Amino acid sequence: MTAPLFVFYVLAGICVASAVTVISARNPVHSVLFLILAFFNAAGMFVLAGAEFLAMVLVVVYVGAVAVLFMFVVMMLDIDIVAVRQGFLRYLPVGALIGLVLLVELVLVFGTLGVGEVPFPAAEPTPAGVSNTEALGAVLYTDYFFAFQLAGIILLVAIIGAISLTLRDRGPLKRQDIGKQVHRERSASVRLARVESGKGLG
Amino acid sequence: MPVPLEHFLVVAAILFTIGIFGIFLNRKNIIVILMSIELILLAVNINLVAFSAHLGDLVGQLFAMFILTVAAAEAAIGLAIVVVVFRARGSIAVEDINLMKG
Repeated sequence: MTAPLFVFYVLAGICVASAVTVISARNPVHSVLFLILAFFNAAGMFVLAGAEFLAMVLVVVYVGAVAVLFMFVVMMLDIDIVAVRQGFLRYLPVGALIGLVLLVELVLVFGTLGVGEVPFPAAEPTPAGVSNTEALGAVLYTDYFFAFQLAGIILLVAIIGAISLTLRDRGPLKRQDIGKQVHRERSASVRLARVESGKGLG
Repeated sequence: MPVPLEHFLVVAAILFTIGIFGIFLNRKNIIVILMSIELILLAVNINLVAFSAHLGDLVGQLFAMFILTVAAAEAAIGLAIVVVVFRARGSIAVEDINLMKG
């Protein structure tokens, strides 16, 4: 067994084990933590496959952003863990059956597809002398520029959607009304009074 | 590539199955269902990257990156909906979300 293969087995084993823990953990916080572990190991597998940039993006985007988002929501919502666990065993048989059918189907597809017979091209995905990031950029910003822009629009829509969904009006809150400020007359705000000395305004 | 393609495909298939299984298992907790969806998308990404390395085509990695974008947007919107539903119903079980009587 070569060293990369050994590393791959370790990463894949931890990844699958932590994925199992994600769906079966009693506490949702543990689920999030094991999701982070699964993504770290998947990033390691990406490095083995030669996709270094994607591995780093996976760590930054998932561990840095998405998992933290999950963590915030899990800790913000007051979830009754005992109630959440009810019915766990009730859905186990049907879920296991469907999962088994799916796995058998996928394995059968691999068995009949003969992916091992696909001729291995001489060219590597990343050209020699160019880093993976540079090669990705050269394709992304030229041939797939439209898709790149669309991805940006999707993210913008997600930002606006998430904010407008969760923003709520908290009732009597002092807000700035620019129209009101602009239309304010001097007579409404300033009053001139002749104050006699020693008496004050009263 | 030092690791054969089939190994990546088997790991991705197992992760995909675990994700589907998780959706069925956690009917009382939408957050874990969203995490299962993330696992499914990760399996798809592993497939894309493995075939990218196998076929010597960089476009697979490119599409994996687009899937990553969509997955991040999906997680943000999904969690926002979960927060709103929890405020309205005080629960995040799937069967309690019946406001639209679907």
